[in-house]
Amino acid sequence: MKISHAIFAGLTLAALAGCGESGAPSIKVGLNTELTGEMPAVGASARNAAELFVSEINAAGGIDVGEQKLPIELIVADNGAKADQARTVAQKLISQDNVLAMIGPDASSCAIPASIVAETLKCPMISPWSTNPKTTLNDDGSPKKYVFRACFIDSFQARVLAKFVLNTLNAKTAAVLYDVASEAPNGQANLFREVFQQNGGKIVAFETYSTGDRDFSAQLTKIKAANPEVIFLPAYYNDAAGITRQARQQGITAQFVGSDAWSSPEIIKLGGNDIAGSYFCNHYSTEIATDVAKKFMSDYKARYGQNPDDVAALTYDAFGLLVQAIRDAGKLDREAVRDALAKIEKYQGVTGEMQFKDGSGDPIKSAVILQIKDNAFNWVQNGQP
Amino acid sequence: MLYYIAQQTINAIQLGSIYALIALGYSMVYGVLVMINFAHSDLFMLGAFACLLLATMLPVQLPFVVILLLVMAIIGLLGALIERVAYRPLRGAPRVSAIITALGCGLVIQNTTLSLSPYPKYMPELFNSRTLTFSGLTITTLQILIIGISFGLMVALDFLIRKTRYGMAMRAISFDVRTVPLMGIPVNRIISLTFLVGAGLGGAAGMLYGLAYPQISSGIGILIGWKAFIAAVIGGIGSIRGAVLGGFLLGLVEVMAVAFTDSSYRDLIAYSLLLLILVFKPYGLLGQAPNQKV
Repeated sequence: MKISHAIFAGLTLAALAGCGESGAPSIKVGLNTELTGEMPAVGASARNAAELFVSEINAAGGIDVGEQKLPIELIVADNGAKADQARTVAQKLISQDNVLAMIGPDASSCAIPASIVAETLKCPMISPWSTNPKTTLNDDGSPKKYVFRACFIDSFQARVLAKFVLNTLNAKTAAVLYDVASEAPNGQANLFREVFQQNGGKIVAFETYSTGDRDFSAQLTKIKAANPEVIFLPAYYNDAAGITRQARQQGITAQFVGSDAWSSPEIIKLGGNDIAGSYFCNHYSTEIATDVAKKFMSDYKARYGQNPDDVAALTYDAFGLLVQAIRDAGKLDREAVRDALAKIEKYQGVTGEMQFKDGSGDPIKSAVILQIKDNAFNWVQNGQP
Repeated sequence: MLYYIAQQTINAIQLGSIYALIALGYSMVYGVLVMINFAHSDLFMLGAFACLLLATMLPVQLPFVVILLLVMAIIGLLGALIERVAYRPLRGAPRVSAIITALGCGLVIQNTTLSLSPYPKYMPELFNSRTLTFSGLTITTLQILIIGISFGLMVALDFLIRKTRYGMAMRAISFDVRTVPLMGIPVNRIISLTFLVGAGLGGAAGMLYGLAYPQISSGIGILIGWKAFIAAVIGGIGSIRGAVLGGFLLGLVEVMAVAFTDSSYRDLIAYSLLLLILVFKPYGLLGQAPNQKV
């Protein structure tokens, strides 16, 4: 006990001394992410990309704000992939740590509650990966003022996927299996059904499970009986791997199609042969990368020894958007940064070009279709909405 | 249609056998101590982790049966240890203290595991599973193994309780805990043994679950633990055969709710039906009303 007290006192002194010495202010940015819980691969990618971005900016001396050059101080907080914890973490980052802006959360089930906190406390928030339309919208359908995202939204993704299944795969019947208790999958499933049916497709089974379920056999037996050509699985990577495995065990041979929730490379390891050959919609492809993307990919790989997934790329872009807004604003003021963000006309990010328009927090950008083949994500085509 | 029902029944039996194995642990402890061991679902989770460690960390590849027995022994001993250090000192305390302690033990186990292993782990294939097809019906050899082991363990437990002296002592304690020590029965030892066996079965269930659904994390016990507890209550908590019946019934109701209605209503339908059972049988299907002691 005594020793730990001594260490603690020492650290406190050191910290105080550190403050006294430098005296220079920094720009505090919070990262609210899913480090533990249902999707830790998402949180790990977000943290990696954030740390990479911040170390690059700080190595170059920081960001120009007015006449000063200020470093970024990154504060990472774990939301456990739980809605209530995401809300608490947002509250803590904004009120207690007094961050200038918050990046994250990534899962829509966390980003939606956190966005309400950000909106109420008037703090800019950028979710890298939350695709559910509700993240940036108020209950009455008007756009939230302080909430932005770096990714496309689910209604766009649903159009891309429905057209891909109908036109490229030439399939007219599809089944859907999704987590009814999770925001992003729920939204994606319903929007896909709507667009697929509008364009002449037929949904032969529309089945659900609940977060935490590991046994999907009953739903799959039902889907097998409906005999669809395609099974759409808007499920996070861990669920998707489990579902495809159990489906193949039941002798289901239909083509699997997934949403951007699949994008963690973990899915290749988890799904193995059962998921090989499946298609999904994604934010970017390493194969058609621009120079900006190539640089990011090689830096990321050099630092972490693995290729960045789209959560990493989008987190990097979310930080990029924020930094551009801080530069444009020229001062460390939440209101000014928010106004600058809403006016970004062109940002060349890792995941392509982005633009914010008409007060909406949703960027205008593109999508790609990828296939899991030879233990990698392979580019198939650019998304056609 | 017949094939469809048969296939769904296979699904239900697999799910039900795992619920039943876990439910047994809740029921046995309740039987002797009239206490709900909320740490049981976390012992279940540790069973999966113990199997993972035994299968991947040792220099030699142990046979399947040896791993199963080791997992049961380790988790069983852990269950008995928890009883010794955390529950026994509270034996005379109000019942709610013991329940809160159990919840606390569960949270400690769960969060220790979370801090040691924050990312999900993947269970290696200990068993080369093949899919068998009988005119449209599919079943994997792993499913057959899981169902077989579950039944084997349940039959063995039934034998232990009904035909051995230890079993007789357990039943005696659950009948009247105050008189039994006067007959010279070592109550503490029997209670330890109950925890050993109950937790061992939970550990085996965890291992089988990990093999069937090979992603394991510190949270896998939460949902399934609650469901198994419900199964134990429906069957009549304290009753061994009731726990088995409750487990299979819950598996069957859940699967059939998906099979014949909208799967979004699965939990609503399944648990409404089970509540209805409690309305007519408040002590569960095979449970007995507590003895009135005047």
